[in-house]
Amino acid sequence: MRLELRAITKRFGSLVANDRIDLVVEPGEIHCLLGENGAGKSTLMNVLYGLYHPDEGEILVDGEVKRLQGPRDAIAAGIGMVHQHFMLVPVFTVAENVVLGDETVTAGFGGPLGWLDRRKARREVREVSERYGLPLDPDARIEDLPVGLQQRVEIVKALVRDAQVLILDEPTAVLTPQEIEELFTVMNTLREAGKSIVFITHKLKEVLAIADRITVIRRGRVVGTATAQMSEQELASMMVGRAVQLVVEKGPGTPGDNAFEVSDLTVLDQHGNRAVDGISFAVRGGEILCIAGVDGNGQSELAQAILGLIPVQAGSITLDGRQLVGGGPRRTLDAGVGFVPEDRSRDGLVAGFTVAENLVLDLYKSKPFAGAFSLDLTAIGKNAEARIAEFDIRPTDPDLPAGTLSGGNQQKVVVAREMSRPLRLLVASQPTRGVDVGAQEFIHKRIVAERDQGRPVVIVSTELDEVLALADKIAVMYRGKIVGVVPPDTSREQIGLLMAGITDSAAAAQRSAAPAGGTAGGTAADHVEPGEGADDGAAGPDRKREGTGS
Amino acid sequence: MTTQSTEQETPAPEPFGGLGQAARNVFNAENSLLVTFLAVVLALVAGAILMVVSDTETLNRAGYFFSAPGDFFSAAWHDVSSGYTALFKGAIFDPATVNGTPTQFFGPITNTLLMATPLIFGGLAVSLAFRGGLFNIGGQGQLIAGAIFAAYVSFAWHLPPGLHVLVAVLAGAFGGMLYGALVGWLKAWRGAHEVIVTIMLNYVAFYFLGYLLNANGFHNPDKLGQAVSKPADADARLPRLFGDSVNTDVGLVIAVAATIATAWLLHRSKLGFEVRALGINPRAARIAGINVGRTQVLAMALSGLLFGLVGVTQTLGTTNPNNNSLSPNIDAGLGFDAITVALLGRNRPWGIVAAALLFGAFNAGASVMQASAGLPVDIVNVVKAIIVIFVAAPQIVREIFRLRTQRAPLATGGKA
Repeated sequence: MRLELRAITKRFGSLVANDRIDLVVEPGEIHCLLGENGAGKSTLMNVLYGLYHPDEGEILVDGEVKRLQGPRDAIAAGIGMVHQHFMLVPVFTVAENVVLGDETVTAGFGGPLGWLDRRKARREVREVSERYGLPLDPDARIEDLPVGLQQRVEIVKALVRDAQVLILDEPTAVLTPQEIEELFTVMNTLREAGKSIVFITHKLKEVLAIADRITVIRRGRVVGTATAQMSEQELASMMVGRAVQLVVEKGPGTPGDNAFEVSDLTVLDQHGNRAVDGISFAVRGGEILCIAGVDGNGQSELAQAILGLIPVQAGSITLDGRQLVGGGPRRTLDAGVGFVPEDRSRDGLVAGFTVAENLVLDLYKSKPFAGAFSLDLTAIGKNAEARIAEFDIRPTDPDLPAGTLSGGNQQKVVVAREMSRPLRLLVASQPTRGVDVGAQEFIHKRIVAERDQGRPVVIVSTELDEVLALADKIAVMYRGKIVGVVPPDTSREQIGLLMAGITDSAAAAQRSAAPAGGTAGGTAADHVEPGEGADDGAAGPDRKREGTGS
Repeated sequence: MTTQSTEQETPAPEPFGGLGQAARNVFNAENSLLVTFLAVVLALVAGAILMVVSDTETLNRAGYFFSAPGDFFSAAWHDVSSGYTALFKGAIFDPATVNGTPTQFFGPITNTLLMATPLIFGGLAVSLAFRGGLFNIGGQGQLIAGAIFAAYVSFAWHLPPGLHVLVAVLAGAFGGMLYGALVGWLKAWRGAHEVIVTIMLNYVAFYFLGYLLNANGFHNPDKLGQAVSKPADADARLPRLFGDSVNTDVGLVIAVAATIATAWLLHRSKLGFEVRALGINPRAARIAGINVGRTQVLAMALSGLLFGLVGVTQTLGTTNPNNNSLSPNIDAGLGFDAITVALLGRNRPWGIVAAALLFGAFNAGASVMQASAGLPVDIVNVVKAIIVIFVAAPQIVREIFRLRTQRAPLATGGKA
């Protein structure tokens, strides 16, 4: 199927999200849509999937103009979409989710009062998964599956509806390096079967690894097409519109005295499981420690415990010899800890507050911004102007609600706030999650600048690229434990194995315990699976929540 | 979003730029002023229909509508115009009183102001808690608590004139504050849901008042068999603003002051910053080091304080029909009316003043409407209820008037 978008324009008020976008997706190609956050990629795909109606332009399928009034029309036209946040019912089985919305009924009164044809549903899942090499158990419940497999369910769901063009919206954001490899294999199989894939991402490495053709979008317009032969540097410049430095420039640090120390820390999650299981580490001033690991292995709880947001079961957290445990967030912040939470919109910002207010969200009480009772709005405004200029936050209006900013700019607001006071320690979780290359470069520079001023820095990140770029020391977390501390020049593969919980001794045990190819997945990462996951508690459930939550 | 910035760098010609933007904001805001206004218009239309329907005479004429439609329309027009004219005369100004006494001339408007005063306090109280993410439906209880404190000081203590009323007012505010703070405390440290707690505490206050009104020391021994308290000392009653002939008291001034104070508190004070942050995003507020429990207690305490002032005006103000003593129906349902006022005023202090004036006018005009146009008071209550429904479901209003909605586009990528 050949898909063509002609001069698609979509406006939201005065904002032109898509400006006369042309896009052709040939049969059997993987077409990458590359652009920064807020460039208009998702808007375009929502137009294509019938969720938005374009103000101008038309969509052609095999040369025929289609008017898509909703997802149902899009599906009928052979377009399938895998959203970044999965649209699955956690308590339903794979087969039930696959047929949801398009159920076949047999006996009964027909329609909504008919009997579900579960056998057919199961058969369809099995057929499709065999044809395209996507092993899946039709009877497994979604909530028991790891994220990688949930994504596979979404793909199968689209294929069962006979999708010829598959839109994958940021599919790699939730996967481990190994799971990404596996997804790429699946994408290649689909390409060989003649399906086209629109692959939306802002990660350059992935684009170059898989794309047949690349369309780069910036500020709602197509700024160029590219092939996988281009360099990362060239692509990045095209995407951002200026030369971008991909590698963080980082001289050797000058480690100071031991500054920040965590010892034998144990933290329970909300279900009473040991999310953080007796871990210890120390970070010196002038050193960046990156905590790597797949999402949901206790990193969130570790960061929250450092801030004093959740109670600590056992162990201690000390900054320059001062105990931080038991003080609560206010005391931790007052002790000079800068904290960038992992989910900026949920934890870092008050969306309804203005940018200026958000820039003093945890500083409003202290000197220039407040008197005894009242806020000093002039000082708050001045501060906002200074930070907006310094951190290049756009739009530059300090009175806009922070919720209207793009993800990258929201993150800059959080980072700007946390770095706008003298720090003794910086803790940042996912400092560049969902942030575009331009903002990423900037945030990384600021983090390194903090280090170079002799501050200890703790970065929690699931992005291996980020970890490798920033770290002076890498600690890999798996199921609440640090399974290895390695230097930054360690190979990606080795860190990937650690992220999957495979240390050398564990690898041996793994080989003897699980026969090769025994379960659906087959790679290391997929071993975080039902049977085995039952006894863990820390890793499995958390990750699943991440995937199905929204 | 970057495109947005380039859009905004080329605004309309300067003098109109601000105004045009303001106009656009009016049309685009999620629950705009325009929607509120149209909601009132729609409700008045619905009220007009009710007026027609409730007049049997007019309905009879509808029976032969096709032979003489004019009959029906003229009768219907008469119903509606006389109804709303009477409402206006009762709420704002009656032309017949131009040569009358000041009491007559200012009667309608002062009635409106008197009715609006407790609604202003109550609306502010509800909105203050609501801005902090707390749904205070305990206004009934808090205003009764305030009324009890104020009444007790007003008849049991004997202080110099001037001081007495001041202390009585403060006592009422204090009583409401205690009762509100209790809710905040239960919520913050015991995790009790404020809605349940406030509902229950409403009953506690109501029945405690019932007990007090029959208890020695509180009950007025001169009114045997009646559940009323002793009347307030003359110098503990709220002073009138323009002498005895015009029916206004200091309560109105306190209400305006409370509005200014609430607006300042919400937008200029540290506490207000905390309250608003907590209301929008409690997680982010906590992570930013805001003491959630303390802020909740303070927000509820201040909300209760404002409701306490409702109790004060109900007890010591000129609206009190029982010689400034307490009676079991002292609350007059204001704890609940306050919620609708806060909703209509969209939780903004001056919006609440406007909403309270509107509802005050309806209340003041309703009785006149019944007396002079023979229409049931309930029509006004229906109109009020319809306003609330439309304001609560603005989408209906937008559909009816085909207003364009514009939502900010979903951020692409990260959270699409």
